[in-house]
Amino acid sequence: MAVFLELLVNGISVGAVYALIALGFVVIFKATEVVNFTHASLLLAGGYVIARLHPLVGFWAALAAGIAAAALVGALVEFLILRRAHVGSRGVLAIVTIGVDILLTTELTRRIGTEVLALGDPWGDRVLRLGPITVAETRVVALAVAAALIVAFLLAFKFTGWGVAMRATAEDAETAALMGVRLGRVSLSAWAVAGALAAVAAMFLCVFPTPGLDRGTAAAAMKAFPAAILGGLDSTTGALAGGLIVGVTETLMSGYQSELAFLGRGIGDAAPFLVMIVILLLRPSGLFGTKEPARV
Amino acid sequence: MSDSTPTAATSTPATPTRPAYRPAVLRLPARPIRAALWLTVLAAAVAVPFYLEGFWLQAGLFAMSAAIGAIGINLLTGATGQLSLGHAFFLAAGAYSYVYLSSDLGLPAPLAAVAAVAVAGVCGGLFSPIAGRLKGAYLGIATLALIFVGQHVLFNAEPVTGGFNGRPVPPMELFGFVFADTPELVVLNVPFGSLERLWFLGIALLAGAAAFARGVLRGRPGLAMNTIRDHEIAAGVMGVPVARYRAGVFVLSSMYGGLAGVLVALVFQQVVPDYFGMLLSLDYLAMIVIGGLGSVAGAVAGAAFVSLLPQLLTRYSDALPLVAEPGSGGVSPAEAARILYGAAVVAVVLFLPGGLAGLATRLGRVRLKELKWAKSAPAPASRR
Repeated sequence: MAVFLELLVNGISVGAVYALIALGFVVIFKATEVVNFTHASLLLAGGYVIARLHPLVGFWAALAAGIAAAALVGALVEFLILRRAHVGSRGVLAIVTIGVDILLTTELTRRIGTEVLALGDPWGDRVLRLGPITVAETRVVALAVAAALIVAFLLAFKFTGWGVAMRATAEDAETAALMGVRLGRVSLSAWAVAGALAAVAAMFLCVFPTPGLDRGTAAAAMKAFPAAILGGLDSTTGALAGGLIVGVTETLMSGYQSELAFLGRGIGDAAPFLVMIVILLLRPSGLFGTKEPARV
Repeated sequence: MSDSTPTAATSTPATPTRPAYRPAVLRLPARPIRAALWLTVLAAAVAVPFYLEGFWLQAGLFAMSAAIGAIGINLLTGATGQLSLGHAFFLAAGAYSYVYLSSDLGLPAPLAAVAAVAVAGVCGGLFSPIAGRLKGAYLGIATLALIFVGQHVLFNAEPVTGGFNGRPVPPMELFGFVFADTPELVVLNVPFGSLERLWFLGIALLAGAAAFARGVLRGRPGLAMNTIRDHEIAAGVMGVPVARYRAGVFVLSSMYGGLAGVLVALVFQQVVPDYFGMLLSLDYLAMIVIGGLGSVAGAVAGAAFVSLLPQLLTRYSDALPLVAEPGSGGVSPAEAARILYGAAVVAVVLFLPGGLAGLATRLGRVRLKELKWAKSAPAPASRR
């Protein structure tokens, strides 16, 4: 039972980190209807800046720099490429983001090489004992920070002018533009926000118990894709739920690996995708996604 | 509006002689020229193994296999607008099925190859409940599952897949003719090893695959697919069974993937799970964007570009600036190639809509216009 609880708590905190990534993904999709495959490399960029800067300026300044860098990269991708691509379908824009992703990931993994970069976080490998279960401090912080950020964003969507503009654009871009919403700014800010969230997530993905930032981190970030889609691509609540489902599934499957030996080694990595397939079979637009009714 | 006014809708069908649908292709002036062009291409392709060394043959064979796979994914992504990141999975399905069926079940090689393509199609069919219902980039994310689950199976189902080290591929054998280095064969003083022999098989397969896809794209299915891509609801209203078409094209494209997998396995002579990862799927998407979405020629051009680039950079790395030897710390040829074609994808979408095939068409049109003008315009002297 203690093992189960421990795995569950770990799963929830990892899930919260996935939810952060998925949230950025959903924000971009809502604001611009672009499925952003660059997300994994934004995350890698943020993590890389933190890892390289922390010996020079200390962890907190490096974290701020990493968040700013990832936001800047996101904004630049929107401003320099997507805004200038005049294509008929959103599907082609998705492929453009794949092109950008190939560029960024290749360059970043080349720079990282075979190294495993530490992030110099203040929590180290300390663990917290809560009754029968032990949890890494980083996991607790991750859960708290992710929860705070997600709540802040949900509130911002509801109550700030930026959030209203974003929601109006998602609802009907043309009408929103006629009402004075500046679409360029909305999508630029969406990309910047998504980059910033990805950098925070990168930090939590690379600290204890993970050894550090290496070239496999981008693959870990891939798990946010099923998180975003199984919750529903256009739903912030869905991103939250999807992240938690993916995190818990992954952690439980890895934790009980020895009992699940018939499924093979490393089932934890494939499990989120299996869950995604099952959910998509039952609900093609995700758990919380809106099913667009078409009027003909 | 009174009844007597002819509207645009009623006046258009008045020209029944013109075919309703004219795809944008490079139209050469006359039939004989086109036939001569094709004969030249064919002759050049047949002559290649007699003049070029093994490196070029292998590079060419990889390009042919990539072209077959790219035609398949272009039917899906380019013509129907359905994104797929799972194409590598279907290549793996084809390659591994061929190995399993011919070595373990002892099927004759050609039969095993056909069955392997069928297996890839069945895999695509099993995914069709999702492929039929999801659209565009949504499907792209869902197909990521195929890659991750596929990799998991390839690494773990060791009795069938050989695990991490993969399995050797038995050579193809057609009517007693073995596509391998033994028995020795010398044609016109050129020793014909496995690469030379496979070259002709590759050309035949690619030509067949291209012809079939062309037929699909130019016929009613092609029209339906393009309509689904351009306006799903309009397609449905006009009587196109959207979900069935999406699922069907997904199956067809996975069979193309399977065929490409069989060919690549025959060239490699060893199948390893690492090859069939996420990066391969991304390569395929890069190919069709660079070549041109929705056309067979585009898929072939893009496949040649993306699959030849890393090999050329590797071969000439010491002569190129900025490209370092693999492992020396600089930009390795493989990385340089990835950076180049990542940039090419972005550049094509920004500056060259239609890709390489679109560029060729436009150049062809300009030429034709010049040609027509030169023919029809009277000499400047008489105009005065």
